[in-house]
Amino acid sequence: MIPTPVQQADQIFVTLQHRLVSYLPAAFQSVADVILSVIAIVLVFALLFAVTTVLERKGLGRIQNRYGPNRVGPAGFFQPLADGVKSLTKEDLVPRTADQMVHFMAPVLLVLAAFLAYAVLPVGRNMVLANLNAGILFFFAVGTLVELAVFMAGWSSRNKYSLLGAMRAIAQMISYEVPLVLASIVVIMAAGSLSTVSIVDMQTGYSGIWPHWFLFTPWGIAGFILFMIAATAESNRSPFDLPEGESEIIAGYYIEYSGFKFALFFLGEYLGMFATSGLAITLFLGGWAAPFSFLTWIPSYLWFFAKLLLLIVIFIWIRGTLPRLRMDQLMSFAWQFMLPMTLINVFVAGVWHFMPAGVIRWGVCALVLVVPAFLLSRGLKQGKKFAARTYRFAE
Amino acid sequence: MFGEGILKGLAETARNFLGSYVSKNRLTTVQYPEERLPQIEAYRNFPFLVYDGDDWQQGLRCVSCFICEKECPPKCIIIEKSTDKKPDAVGKPQFYPKVFNIDVSVCMSCQICVEVCPFDAIKMDTDYELSTTNRFSALLWDKHRLAKSNEHYHKIHPTEAAAVDAALATERAKVAAKAKAAAEAKPAAAPATNPNGASTTAADKPVPTASEK
Amino acid sequence: MTATFLILAAITIAGTVAAMAMRNLIHCVLALTLGFAGLAALYLQLGAQFVGLTQILVYVGAVAILAVFVIMMTQHPTQTTESIFSSFWFSGSLIAALVFAVLGWAIHSSRLPYGIAPPHAEAAVQPIGDALMHKYVLPLEIMGLLLTAALIGAVVLAIHEKRRSA
Repeated sequence: MIPTPVQQADQIFVTLQHRLVSYLPAAFQSVADVILSVIAIVLVFALLFAVTTVLERKGLGRIQNRYGPNRVGPAGFFQPLADGVKSLTKEDLVPRTADQMVHFMAPVLLVLAAFLAYAVLPVGRNMVLANLNAGILFFFAVGTLVELAVFMAGWSSRNKYSLLGAMRAIAQMISYEVPLVLASIVVIMAAGSLSTVSIVDMQTGYSGIWPHWFLFTPWGIAGFILFMIAATAESNRSPFDLPEGESEIIAGYYIEYSGFKFALFFLGEYLGMFATSGLAITLFLGGWAAPFSFLTWIPSYLWFFAKLLLLIVIFIWIRGTLPRLRMDQLMSFAWQFMLPMTLINVFVAGVWHFMPAGVIRWGVCALVLVVPAFLLSRGLKQGKKFAARTYRFAE
Repeated sequence: MFGEGILKGLAETARNFLGSYVSKNRLTTVQYPEERLPQIEAYRNFPFLVYDGDDWQQGLRCVSCFICEKECPPKCIIIEKSTDKKPDAVGKPQFYPKVFNIDVSVCMSCQICVEVCPFDAIKMDTDYELSTTNRFSALLWDKHRLAKSNEHYHKIHPTEAAAVDAALATERAKVAAKAKAAAEAKPAAAPATNPNGASTTAADKPVPTASEK
Repeated sequence: MTATFLILAAITIAGTVAAMAMRNLIHCVLALTLGFAGLAALYLQLGAQFVGLTQILVYVGAVAILAVFVIMMTQHPTQTTESIFSSFWFSGSLIAALVFAVLGWAIHSSRLPYGIAPPHAEAAVQPIGDALMHKYVLPLEIMGLLLTAALIGAVVLAIHEKRRSA
């Protein structure tokens, strides 16, 4: 069967990779295959990081009625180049009392963990580095390495602000990892698989022109919103950016980093944001699938990156809008709203599975989600008594 | 409930975002090197030395009285007095500074030197584009670097400069009247009177006491 | 005995030995984490994805962080000056050697085949889930109950009761 031009455009990178690899001797082909994919991932997402920093600074500027960077290159779009040169040529300062080895390893581990997560993200049809049958588990497993890297950075700097920032970051990440995982469990329940590729494959069908995304179910919408809130907290983005609250602890765990190591932290943070956004796309927004059946001629990878950019824009928009939460608000939100809501969502996904399809199923599931959300958010509002709470072992 | 406050906030930021592209009036910042905000008249940062006329060396008002050097809190002014004299702003022969340096890396822009100067010789400048590539010698400003014309002073602080000029004009008139009186008295008195001595007796400013302090 | 296995085994052993030998306790925990990660990689290399990834999730993600927190809350940050060999290192290593010998004997005398790869090395997630939810559902539930009780107990221990302390 000869592929149509549309299919060729869709698979252009896959065929290119095969073509390149086929020039090598057979013994090296599988290794070269992986190396090529890794290089592609590193280049593409590092470039996306560069673009995002500009977009973010320009967007935040416009939100605050400023221009944002507009000097380097056309409309300031070469700004990351200048920033990169600057961070590369800056002096790499290490505090004298710092734990040199751990201080050095922390940013490396962070970026490594951030890049590892992309191994299981299908960025296009047949475009995934490793189709693990426990792909989502792999994603969350390497996500925990970030916590370790953050702790290493905070502890090895021998700075009270670093340590406080690291403590905050770890507490926040551990707290929000629970709702993050629980929010994605609904999709795993519906798909019956932990493999990201088969989850996306399940969402590629269309009824009429409408896609079969998991977003278009009650538990899908709720799961997506809960997932995105937890993802914002996981990637330490505003309004959950307490670990690096500039007004309180200056920059948190990377206060003692300068030059390229600081840039690595920055890169790692953004890569984490892209990775969780990519997982949200994979789980709820149909991965690389087109949003309408008549748009399937556009290559799949373009759809993935379009959705990714959309989520990034939402992240930037929210960052420009919301102020930072307080620590107790953060924790009570995680444990008193997010956790019950995700558990209810898991229950709703089960109900959805066993009820016959139709409007009644929609109504029942939506009701079961909306009523607790209403009650829980009321409870969050009323529970503000601000009584001094003390902990026996933390004094 | 259900985050309608968040939605309201998102709408507000979206309005700002789009509005900044539509109306220029929203933008609070200016594109600095090309556009500049009009300067406030009271703005000041580092001191400069005023000179009258065209020749900066001849017209310097400073008589090297050391008051500013002594009063300067961070001690950033260095003056060396000349051995000869030249006529000052009002026409009396005075010493002048052979060396007048200000270390602007030390200067804290307190304006005390300006307040204590009895000759209106040192004033505050408004130039703020002062970055250099050398942090030692390039920030130690010498007499030439510090000397700026009275017209410059008029340009940056018009009202203040006008008041200073008026005061100086009355001063000059007084000195001129005294010189005229002395000239009229000269033919009557001994013709061999030292003109230097005549001007020192005519001086009504506390210059000698200040330099002796 | 592939090269991958040798490298991973070397990393695991190096990590665990460093965890015993290092002076700074935080360094010990980090080295131990390296050991955990090496072990997880060994599982992955054997095709046991679920076990390997759970090893990372639980040991690297949770246990290491927990250990680090415990050390920071209890221990002085100064380095210990005493020798890394405790006074009863001899009896300790004797016990370790004995345990190793027993384990080795048990494995060696086992009727199960060893040394050759089993036909279905791929331990997929689905069979594990099925087994947990059907055959072993009661132990799973009991374990969940136990952990919940432990969680509640920790909260009860940590929070001051106003009326009790006053």
